[in-house]
Amino acid sequence: MTRETTVEAKAVGKTFGHGTSAFRALDNVSIRIDRGEFFTLLGPSGCGKTTLLRCIAGFESPSVGTILLSGRDITAEPPNRRPVNTVFQSYALFPHLTVTQNVAFGLEMLGRPKAQVAATVARMLALVKLEAFAGRKPAQLSGGQQQRVALARALAPAPEVLLLDEPLSALDLKLRKEMQSELKRLQHETGITFVFVTHDQEEALTMSDRVGVMSAGKLLQVGTPREIYNNPVSRFVADFIGETNFLPGVARGGVVRLASGEAVAERVANGPVTVAVRPEQVRIAAAGTRGIPALVARCVYFGTDTHVHMTLEGGVEVVARVQSPPSGDAGFAPGAKVVVLFAPDSVQVLDD
Amino acid sequence: MSIATEAGRERQTARNGWLLSAPALFILTAGAIGPLLIVLVYSFLTPAEYSGVEWVFSGEAWFRVFWKTDIFDGTVSLNDTHLAIFWRSVKLSVTTTLITFAVGLPTAWFIATRPPDQRSLWLFLITIPFWTNLLIRTFAILEVIRNDGILNSMLLGMGIITEPIQLVFTDTAVLIGMTYVYLPLMVLPLFAAIDRFDMRLLEAGYDLYASRWAVLRRVILPIIRPGIVAGSILVFVPSLGAYVTPRVLGGGNNMMIGNFIELQFGQGRNWPLGSALSMLLLIVVTVALLFYVRAANTDRRDV
Amino acid sequence: MSDRSFSVARVPGFATIAVTAFVLLYLPILTMVGYSFNASTSVSEWGGFSLQWYRLAWENETVKAATARSLIIASFAAVISTAVATMAALGTTRRGSFRGQTPIYVMINTPLMVPEIVTAVALLILFGVVRQVTGYQGLGYLILAHSAFCIPFAYLPIRARLEGMDLTLETAAADLYATPWATFRRITLPILTPGIMAGAMLAFVISLDDVIITEFVKSAGQDTLPTYMLGALRRQLTPEVNALSTALLALTVMLLTAFFLTTRKRN
Repeated sequence: MTRETTVEAKAVGKTFGHGTSAFRALDNVSIRIDRGEFFTLLGPSGCGKTTLLRCIAGFESPSVGTILLSGRDITAEPPNRRPVNTVFQSYALFPHLTVTQNVAFGLEMLGRPKAQVAATVARMLALVKLEAFAGRKPAQLSGGQQQRVALARALAPAPEVLLLDEPLSALDLKLRKEMQSELKRLQHETGITFVFVTHDQEEALTMSDRVGVMSAGKLLQVGTPREIYNNPVSRFVADFIGETNFLPGVARGGVVRLASGEAVAERVANGPVTVAVRPEQVRIAAAGTRGIPALVARCVYFGTDTHVHMTLEGGVEVVARVQSPPSGDAGFAPGAKVVVLFAPDSVQVLDD
Repeated sequence: MSIATEAGRERQTARNGWLLSAPALFILTAGAIGPLLIVLVYSFLTPAEYSGVEWVFSGEAWFRVFWKTDIFDGTVSLNDTHLAIFWRSVKLSVTTTLITFAVGLPTAWFIATRPPDQRSLWLFLITIPFWTNLLIRTFAILEVIRNDGILNSMLLGMGIITEPIQLVFTDTAVLIGMTYVYLPLMVLPLFAAIDRFDMRLLEAGYDLYASRWAVLRRVILPIIRPGIVAGSILVFVPSLGAYVTPRVLGGGNNMMIGNFIELQFGQGRNWPLGSALSMLLLIVVTVALLFYVRAANTDRRDV
Repeated sequence: MSDRSFSVARVPGFATIAVTAFVLLYLPILTMVGYSFNASTSVSEWGGFSLQWYRLAWENETVKAATARSLIIASFAAVISTAVATMAALGTTRRGSFRGQTPIYVMINTPLMVPEIVTAVALLILFGVVRQVTGYQGLGYLILAHSAFCIPFAYLPIRARLEGMDLTLETAAADLYATPWATFRRITLPILTPGIMAGAMLAFVISLDDVIITEFVKSAGQDTLPTYMLGALRRQLTPEVNALSTALLALTVMLLTAFFLTTRKRN
């Protein structure tokens, strides 16, 4: 399958300020985003994901590196010449214009004929189900409706790429879930490349075709949600996405062993390593059977799941996520002696 | 490269700022700021016989601001006429500031603690006098306090007094008038400060056993201090330079420095002395404003 | 009045002082308005309702000329000061601070800080010289002086409006293919309009109210309404002045009401 690239960043770096107060927001970031894909930039606040988005939109110019759009170098182009539109975190709806006028704005600026503008606006309002609100001003709309107007406005000029800067962060949980599936639907129907920025790992995993994880201005890993979750390349990625147990281990003679001596994985290179296991991959068995001896410290009830916190020899804490039984009591009393087992292929070995 | 572009952007912001401000600055220079320099120059010249100046350098005007020379024996002594006018100006301005604060604080507090739907109405009521012509308000107060005005007519009618109280053309009349016309200038900044004041701090104060007086003195007043300083400056500065109110209510014998300056450019025919007095007034006002800026900045550091 | 509940925001005596202050603030103004309709020639006695003082003022050619002059000067001053203040506000607000910003602020606000009497004598001296050199005696001096001291009043509401404006809106316009000029005309200017209107109205009121600077700057026979009233006071206080004051007051109240309505509606 040949993939066509829409947006490409080549060795992009961005430094704000100068001298001692200089701050490196992007550090040698290279990325290719395919046409028609839902790509998410994920990372904690200040990791540079928004800066990268603003470089693609043209609101910031990279200090070094180039931005390509469908193979064309657009690094020096002002935002009003780039066929790229943005959904802003604050929506940035023009308060003095109606919903219709907001959605029509980009088309008018492109000099499209009046009839075509009217037709496209009508189509866009239908797409986001806001036909009934066409004559209202943004201040007369709810947060979710404003969000839809922002989407319609950015989609109306049919950009090559739609950039979304944490667009769901201002919505409450229920509305956010609704808008997540709404966004997927819109992306599917329009076929436009979406570049979505978020710090919410769940949002990233559920919505994206591919995710790029960023930290401190660097792009750490790019992959499908499954790859990112199951095969994190570093302790940061493993820790930022989902919950993970980190256990100290040593690789020697092709085998990785924990402090207890248990062999958990294979590895060629010798040296100290970190073993990462997701809580849902930790099994608990009765003491005396094969496994790593542990003491139950406490249980935390989460409804569908119960988290069992245990201490291994040497004081390392391990958390197991088990399904709560109908009674609600998982049956692990604090102080009980148990053994833990890791499901096959569930163990990730990370370099220290 | 990024350093160059960012410095370039800063330079461009500065250039745009100056270019866009240029027309305003030009009008201000021609119609307000530039002429002040001419006043400074004039204060060092010699008065001409009728009006205007001779272009001869002299420190005489500045000397005469504070001192006088006896025409007969040439001895130098402090100019008590001038000093009396300065003293009256300062005394009346300080008193006006104090009275407007004493009345303005409760008024501003009252407005700020109204329910939200009533608040803008009360605010509007204080804003109307604020923007109403000073002359009109001075006339209005004159109608009340003049010998055959409402106040005296009422008191006479009720038999409380048998002869009208002579208020007009006294310092008291000027004080009443200035308090009346400058009160809104005190209330508005106080209101702005109280409006920002977090009323939950009062609950915290009372919760920690403070009395009403202690809450006022230890919590409210320190926090709204920027408003107090701003209001005091807004009242004190125009009071010190007041011209209309003392002219209408004080008459010729109760001059403040503003009227005395005018006199030098009119009947006094001493433009250099008038210029020196203007500069003196400007200096005092500038010192007061610097005090304000420092007080405001200290406050920002504290918070 | 005994209320058992303890209200933290209530300070005993404050409400009484405040209401008294409002009454004392309005009593003289309302008295003046009332007496402007007085039939009696005496200022202090009520002789029945009459519009004679308004008629007298209306028939007075000097008053008519002064009124027209006041309105002309105020219109020019409002337009000029608002135009330059809008530009200055655009140049000095947002986009970060720059070297020289503080001097610009100080210069724009100078008319608020310098006592009016000082500016008045300064302009008396300067324009005296200019008159001698050029021989020009027209309204230009008054318009220039009024435009200058109206600038800070026009600048403040415009700047406040600009500072309250979300900069992302301009970014969004650029993202939607608007050129910088289109962004200004379609987004920035419409959002700024209430501030500009407010600035113009305040400048108009301030110009209309000025006494001191006009008194010193005017050429012979260039009385505005306020300086005419000040002069009338020197001659004799007649209810005609009450009528003029009331008319001017009504104009101010009307403009202020319009100002409040425009600023509130847009918020």
